Amino acid sequence: MSLSTLRLGYVPLIDAAPLIVAKELGFAAEEGLTLDLIRLQSWAQSRDMLGMGQVDAAHMLVPMPVAQALGLGPATPRFDLAMVLAVGGQAIAISATLAAAMRANGHGFGFDDPVTARDALAAVVQHGLRVGVPFPFSTQAELVRRWLANTTLAEKVTIHTVPPPQMADALASGEVDAFCVGEPWASYAVERGVGTLLLAGRSIWAAPPEKGLVLTHDFTVAHPEETGRLMRAIWRAGRWLDQPGNRSTAAEIMSRPDYLNLPPELSERGLLGRLHISAAGEVRHFPDFIRFHDGAANFPWRSLAALFARRIALLHGLDPDAAIAAATACFRTDLYRQHLRSAGADLPGASARIEGAMAHPTAVASEKGQMILGPDAFFDGDIFDPSFAGR
Amino acid sequence: MTRLSIIVVEQDRDRALKIVDGLMASGEHNVVVIAESAGLARRIADHQPDIVLIDVANPSRDVLEELALASGPLDRPVAMFVDRSDVQLTRAAIEAGVSAYVVDGLQSDRIKPILDAAIARFHMFQKMRAELAATKAALEDRKIIDRAKAILMKARGMDEEAAYALLRKTAMDQNRRVADIAQQLVMAAGLLT
Repeated sequence: MSLSTLRLGYVPLIDAAPLIVAKELGFAAEEGLTLDLIRLQSWAQSRDMLGMGQVDAAHMLVPMPVAQALGLGPATPRFDLAMVLAVGGQAIAISATLAAAMRANGHGFGFDDPVTARDALAAVVQHGLRVGVPFPFSTQAELVRRWLANTTLAEKVTIHTVPPPQMADALASGEVDAFCVGEPWASYAVERGVGTLLLAGRSIWAAPPEKGLVLTHDFTVAHPEETGRLMRAIWRAGRWLDQPGNRSTAAEIMSRPDYLNLPPELSERGLLGRLHISAAGEVRHFPDFIRFHDGAANFPWRSLAALFARRIALLHGLDPDAAIAAATACFRTDLYRQHLRSAGADLPGASARIEGAMAHPTAVASEKGQMILGPDAFFDGDIFDPSFAGR
Repeated sequence: MTRLSIIVVEQDRDRALKIVDGLMASGEHNVVVIAESAGLARRIADHQPDIVLIDVANPSRDVLEELALASGPLDRPVAMFVDRSDVQLTRAAIEAGVSAYVVDGLQSDRIKPILDAAIARFHMFQKMRAELAATKAALEDRKIIDRAKAILMKARGMDEEAAYALLRKTAMDQNRRVADIAQQLVMAAGLLT
């Protein structure tokens, strides 16, 4: 097996763990790959570098290849999402002013109840609520919209793009009143004493796909062998990350100056699901705050592409049917099946599902018999059926 | 022809000035520099620029992406500069490290000289930045090796040449850089005193 080098772009967040672990713990080397990990400063940069071929693959927000497929970005070659890298890992934080007002009203900051948190927030928001998210096309934007839909807050909220490392500053300076971001950047705001954590992303949607491994379609065609090796290396890294006891080690590795360049204690909070919600050190446990493997977390469900495509199409005045067709073609369940079967991944019988239907872990048909999926419920009991989605 | 309004988003004052000089040499424009990342979207919207130039690696780029999408009746549509007929220019820009956001409908013959000027300046900075980083790293290495040599000379009564030879031999035996070995020695010595 020849040793190939692949260049991978990532933005410093805990959900980049599968790429970093694949390199540092030798999962890539096992597949005969050398990974050149390139730390990027913005999602726009990630998209441009991948589009221009300056990286071979990128760690990207799951809705980004969807938006590209809908023509809502600069012209790039077609992007394909080969696998999901992480599910969950987001937190919503609010300003000190809002937190104080909610505490005065007796809110307990349980971190896991979106309805109570939303009502308590609505009671203290006067005029507008400005919420920061990392990118216009992000799982965070979807979580915020879903959480506030059909309430008085839906009319008061405006969503603003704020780069994750700047979230704490934006909250401190009053540019935003709240934000939804991937860890460690919510904990970073808590540590700086400017934010209080209100909710885990997974409390709003039990299985919010956060980042994906994105390649150009051309690369997957020209280099099927390397694509497969990369997917298997990352898949094994994700499996390692979800084995009990490995997360603290992962936090140590990821916190190095080359990667996140933050104290391991900060990265560890999200990875272990033990979050300090305030600077006073109140801790909330949220089991499976972020997932890298279990429950078929890596499977690029076409129904997820459809869900994001529909939302983005409606927001930008595009035809939902056409958007869904374009986006689902980029979620490469075929590559997932082809390349990960040999690594031992169990594969679901279907490539799309009704999103939000599982309140509990549920056994479904798979190639090996049965596999456990979910939960993936939305907090409001909504479901998304891709077969009716366009209508 | 009306003057174009150009915004340069750049924190480093010297760098910003050089970019502005380069742009001015390419024609008559109104150029404004924004150094602060706070409130960037609002500041840019206030100026209603025709073109925004920003380092490809600037974290605030994602804020501009949001502006590029805003398409309300009062917003000026802005698009990331991508001329499908001129892939070369786009590639040259990204390789030089500059990204341009251009108001919709602006003719490409007006954009090109500006982008060419920006690309030239950004190329210069990229080279300077790489050189600076290399020089800094080399200096750091030298400092740490000098300290390690001093520790060895004192602890083992060696002369400078022998101390360096020992560091170099250890590095070669362990297949490491001399500076890495020196770093370890300095750290260990720090723990022991």
